[in-house]
Amino acid sequence: MRPLLRIFALLALLLPAVPAGAVQPDEILSDPLLEARARDISRDLRCLVCQNQSIDDSNAELARDLRVIVRERLVGGDSDRQVLDYVVARYGDFVLLDPPFKGTTLVLWFGPALIGACGLFVLIAYFRRLRRAALESPVALSLEEQRRIAALLAEDGPARGPSEKRS
Amino acid sequence: MARLSFVLPLAALVLLAGVFFSYLRMIDSGDKVVNDLPSALIGKPAPQFALPPLPGRGDNGLATSDFIGKVTVVNVFASWCVPCRAEHPVIERLAKLGIAPVHAINYKDRPDAGKKWLAELGDPYAAIGADESGRVGIDWGVYGVPETFIVGPDGVIRHKHVGPLTPKVLDEEILPAIRKLGS
Repeated sequence: MRPLLRIFALLALLLPAVPAGAVQPDEILSDPLLEARARDISRDLRCLVCQNQSIDDSNAELARDLRVIVRERLVGGDSDRQVLDYVVARYGDFVLLDPPFKGTTLVLWFGPALIGACGLFVLIAYFRRLRRAALESPVALSLEEQRRIAALLAEDGPARGPSEKRS
Repeated sequence: MARLSFVLPLAALVLLAGVFFSYLRMIDSGDKVVNDLPSALIGKPAPQFALPPLPGRGDNGLATSDFIGKVTVVNVFASWCVPCRAEHPVIERLAKLGIAPVHAINYKDRPDAGKKWLAELGDPYAAIGADESGRVGIDWGVYGVPETFIVGPDGVIRHKHVGPLTPKVLDEEILPAIRKLGS
């Protein structure tokens, strides 16, 4: 138990080391509440240069510009929604790392579940057929097997029936 | 039945391989740009902006009003952008055709650097706006230079090409789009 405890203690030490992102000191707002909101929003916005990083993570020039714009708009009194809408109006839904639920994104939301359901269906159908086939046409015993069963039964005698005794 | 359960997955595999292969071919031949994103601005009016001119150039910079009344092309370029250099002869050819004024946004560039770049390579542009901060570029949804927009006479953005213009892109994509809007 002791080594396990030690590992957990070490892991706990890593907790404060959450990714700091690419935010530069000169970008950070003096109001910690606004800054926290800015960080939250930035984590939801895709950097269009790297495409698999959020603007909070990316060192790209465009990501920096967008981070600054996000903060400017928050300082100007925008709600989180308004800030996101501002960026979406220019770059489309693709900038949102958490895509909205609507007509054009239905495939995105239901595609994986649909494919999973298809797989499950095929699997169930396969096992059902396997079982039915086994029930409908059991494989007949070969002549050799029939002879061995007859021999075993004869050995034990008719009164005792089949037993686990082996010759 | 057993035959089908063998053929079906195989057919799916062949189909997928075909799709991926043709996609690779398209990327290879330049017909498909991998990071080509659907633009949010197609069908929307060009953003409201007014940019100052490059120093010593005889124009008044570039503003939203420059897009009203005729089909216009806007090319977003920067002196630090290598593919811009590659597409420059194609832009010059487009400008020489004279079917639409070709404007430019000099994106995130020092105005003197943009000026020097044009002095070296030639200046085919009608009007140029200097977007030193890149703010107007963001209003246009720019995420990688070069980008080229076609704006209709009503001031609505009708077409966007991300990446350098090649002679093929010009002939098969840009020119038909301009002609369609002009007629």
